[in-house]
Amino acid sequence: MTTLFALLVLEGGLLSPNPGLIFWTFLTFLILLFVLRATAWKPIVGALNEREKSIQEAIDRAEQAKAEAEKILAENKAMLAKAEREADRIIQESKVAAEKLRADITEKAKAESRKMIDDAKAEITVEKQRALIALRDEVADLAVKGAEMIIRHNLNAETHKNIIASVLSDMPSIQPEAVEK
Amino acid sequence: MNFVTHRFPMIHRMNFSVCRFALMVFVTTALSMPLLAAESKPDGGASEDMDVMHHILDAHTLDFEPFGEIHLPKFPPVQIGGLTIDLSPTRHVVMMWIACAVLLIVMLSVASSYQKSKGKAPKGVANMIEAVIMFIRDDIAKPNLGHHYERFLPYLLTAFFFILFCNLLGLIPFAATATSNIAVTLTLALFTFVITQYAGIRENGIGGWLAHLTGGAPPALWLIMIPVEIVSLFVKPFALTMRLFANMTAGHIVIIVLISLIFIFKSFVIAPISVALTLAIYGLELFVAFMQAYLFTVLSSVFIGIAMEHGHGEEHAH
Repeated sequence: MTTLFALLVLEGGLLSPNPGLIFWTFLTFLILLFVLRATAWKPIVGALNEREKSIQEAIDRAEQAKAEAEKILAENKAMLAKAEREADRIIQESKVAAEKLRADITEKAKAESRKMIDDAKAEITVEKQRALIALRDEVADLAVKGAEMIIRHNLNAETHKNIIASVLSDMPSIQPEAVEK
Repeated sequence: MNFVTHRFPMIHRMNFSVCRFALMVFVTTALSMPLLAAESKPDGGASEDMDVMHHILDAHTLDFEPFGEIHLPKFPPVQIGGLTIDLSPTRHVVMMWIACAVLLIVMLSVASSYQKSKGKAPKGVANMIEAVIMFIRDDIAKPNLGHHYERFLPYLLTAFFFILFCNLLGLIPFAATATSNIAVTLTLALFTFVITQYAGIRENGIGGWLAHLTGGAPPALWLIMIPVEIVSLFVKPFALTMRLFANMTAGHIVIIVLISLIFIFKSFVIAPISVALTLAIYGLELFVAFMQAYLFTVLSSVFIGIAMEHGHGEEHAH
């Protein structure tokens, strides 16, 4: 037991720290720490961080580009859809306009033709009146001429007057104003 | 061969029972070996070959058995107050410096390779070191220290690689493991201790640091809580010290003991078993070298992270 104690704890033993060695370890480790920190850890860890950062940036950039491309695609799609809708609308509108125009033209043409027919009818009526008046005058003249001839042969005023009157009453009736004209 | 048979006549009586016996006593031997070695030391002579402690302990020589040894320069002790410090470099100091030199060469070449091939993918050693640095940064520093991790990253990286290189250097024949010396591990743990307290005081102020000592308990319990918290304050670096020291020492003791079996049994027949077992332990030691460097770094960052935690009910001052 005493041997074990001496072996482990007394000076030079396994468990007795040597102050000189503590001093050298302290100095060595301290210098090593500062030298390595300045010359090795800083550049190595710095390079690692830098590389990580550049990789991250590259990923971010790719992500951003992807997002942008998707946005543009979506915009294009939206624009295409809008254009389609616009075209549809224009076609629809023009169809309606054309329909309206056609209806208008038809309507106008119909009105025109109706008016022309009416005009023609009026003209025909007027012409007919005029013809009737002319005919009446002619008939009156003829009657007068006939009467003249009768008178020349048989001047019996009373009898002949009745005959003429009966002749006249057999003719188709006419407007009094037209007769007076 | 003549020398061996002359000194160890047992070789003529070697049989398989000895082999079986060797496996059986392996554990007991491993445990009692340091004692045997130390006790028989004064006698010198035949048991000199089995001096385990000679290989584990620090010394003022660099051993290159059987090619001789180098005596390191010895300075007269320095008197500081009541303390006498012998500042002459020892074997472990030299090993530490060698590890530091290798570490500096590797890291500087890696750093310069980053300067040269800016923006390109890393290659070779730089790639390997980068993976480790990334691991320490992303899986040790960031989860434990939050957004303050950058302040403590240089310390964590330095501690990790220093311990790792010291551990690995100890696996090279004729070299020694500086991290199997309690003075070295104690100093490293003190660094973590000081940084932990600095981080706690910087984050929470002196008041917050003192409040932390009460463990957030009501004043009636302070009589119990404050001693407990103070003990826990010192238990952490103590645990760091002992873990690294014990792990690095134990592995080497086991390897030396396994090799010593050949001399204990004074037989060459035991050699294949010893070598096979030593190889297995050696592989384990390689793993332990990384494991302990990792553990020290993780625990350091955990301690720093705990110290930086804000006390309950305190406002977040940023």
